Amino acid sequence: MTEALRVEDVHTYYGDSYVLQGVSLRVAPGQLVAVLGRNGVGKTTLIRSVVGFTPPRSGRIRLRGTDITHLPSHVIARMGVGLVPQGRRIFPSLTVEENLVVAARPDSGDAWTLGRVYELFPRLRERAHHRGNKLSGGEQQMLAIARALMTNPTLLLMDEPSEGLAPKLVLDLAETLVRLKERGLSILMVEQNLPLALRLADYVYVMSKGTVVFEGTPDELRRAEGVRQRYLGV
Amino acid sequence: MQFWLTQLLNGLSFAALLFLLASGLTLIFGLMRIVNIAHGSYYLLGAYVALTVVQATESFLAAALAGSLTVAAVGVVMQRAFLSRFYRAEQAQVLLTMGFSFIFADLALWIWGGDPHRLPTPRALAGSVDLGLTFFPTYRLAVIGVGVLVALFLWLLQERTRLGAVVRAAVDDQEMARGLGIHVDPVLTGMFAVGAALAGFGGVMGGPFLGVYPGVDSEVLPLAFAVVIIGGLGSLKGALVGSVLVGVLDNLGKALFPELSYFTLFVPMAIVLAIRPTGLFGRA
Repeated sequence: MTEALRVEDVHTYYGDSYVLQGVSLRVAPGQLVAVLGRNGVGKTTLIRSVVGFTPPRSGRIRLRGTDITHLPSHVIARMGVGLVPQGRRIFPSLTVEENLVVAARPDSGDAWTLGRVYELFPRLRERAHHRGNKLSGGEQQMLAIARALMTNPTLLLMDEPSEGLAPKLVLDLAETLVRLKERGLSILMVEQNLPLALRLADYVYVMSKGTVVFEGTPDELRRAEGVRQRYLGV
Repeated sequence: MQFWLTQLLNGLSFAALLFLLASGLTLIFGLMRIVNIAHGSYYLLGAYVALTVVQATESFLAAALAGSLTVAAVGVVMQRAFLSRFYRAEQAQVLLTMGFSFIFADLALWIWGGDPHRLPTPRALAGSVDLGLTFFPTYRLAVIGVGVLVALFLWLLQERTRLGAVVRAAVDDQEMARGLGIHVDPVLTGMFAVGAALAGFGGVMGGPFLGVYPGVDSEVLPLAFAVVIIGGLGSLKGALVGSVLVGVLDNLGKALFPELSYFTLFVPMAIVLAIRPTGLFGRA
């Protein structure tokens, strides 16, 4: 069975700095895979490599078997990669509804429409005509997820979705992710929030200094106290 | 009173021209981060092309279309073949577009000669309108109307259509727009074409009262930049307000203190920048 995403020995540079030093990982269809690690270990660069913002210097990235390593970002997105970036990156001068509409790809199937996205996040319907820069952090996070869904992705990339959210909102987020998984979406999530990742993930990778230093099921990570202390500081 | 009304209307009709120039400049500058020194040349070329066409066809409308479309085509070639290679490299852009402005100026001198020309005023808009206090040229009033219509059209396009939202998304965060599957490049080229066409159209509209002559390109360019800087980069509202300010101030300055005309224009600009470095409606 082909993976939803396969990253093979990827090396990525930011200018002169050598960030990803040979990372490999896989996301099976319908799985939620979490990548954990401290700040600055290359988690965000991993996401940026997959979407083509910072293409790898070597290695391969495959989406459902197709090599997407050096494709332009907009093509990768249209092939079914939905991005929920670090810091949300909501378009501030667009209304909530416009943020959703510009991302809509009706040609790629009708799984997600404005109406269905609003069913998932009723709050966004209430705020439909507010500008992106007038939203609270929680609303921005909903919008970032909703906007990514509007592209009708098969794979959702999430970079620190729980960052800056109050505990109650993290619970809502977890519930949303469970529902998305139930719909068959594959998810690659980069997180610092260990409990959230352990609760949701089917499989976990831990990164340090640009490489993967641990991989296994959440249970295996719970038992690997040395890994948690050394690489996650808990 | 009559003096002030006349000066105000003169200023507003000049403001309408400035808006045609500056709206394109602010979109290109604000959205694409391209400093286009050749934007004044678009004004010049639009006017000259219209001159040739109006002499051949005697139709002002055909001339306006030809002037705008020719300049749009020139803009697309410049953007795709040259400027797209220098994204965010301001120095390279300035040198490149300055080179283009010299080439266009020489080309225009070669084709249309060094004598000043004036586009004929469309017959339907010849004459003057009695405004009670004063008579004012009908054509200049029409220019104000055209400026208002273009502003309204651009505003609707930007704020009320999906295409406008896509453009704003690309202004806000180009990388994120790409990451959502938006093919930004044709959007940028389209924007550039619209901006160039507006400048060319400005040249056509200005032709009957400001005339067209070698050097008009470098006369209008600093004013257009002043508008953009006062109004704020990338803001249509800013371009509109800035155009009115610059148009009216420039006119009053020239009428009241002709020897200080640049002073009356650029001192208010310096004050605006001191208080709001991003311009009246610009974003940081």
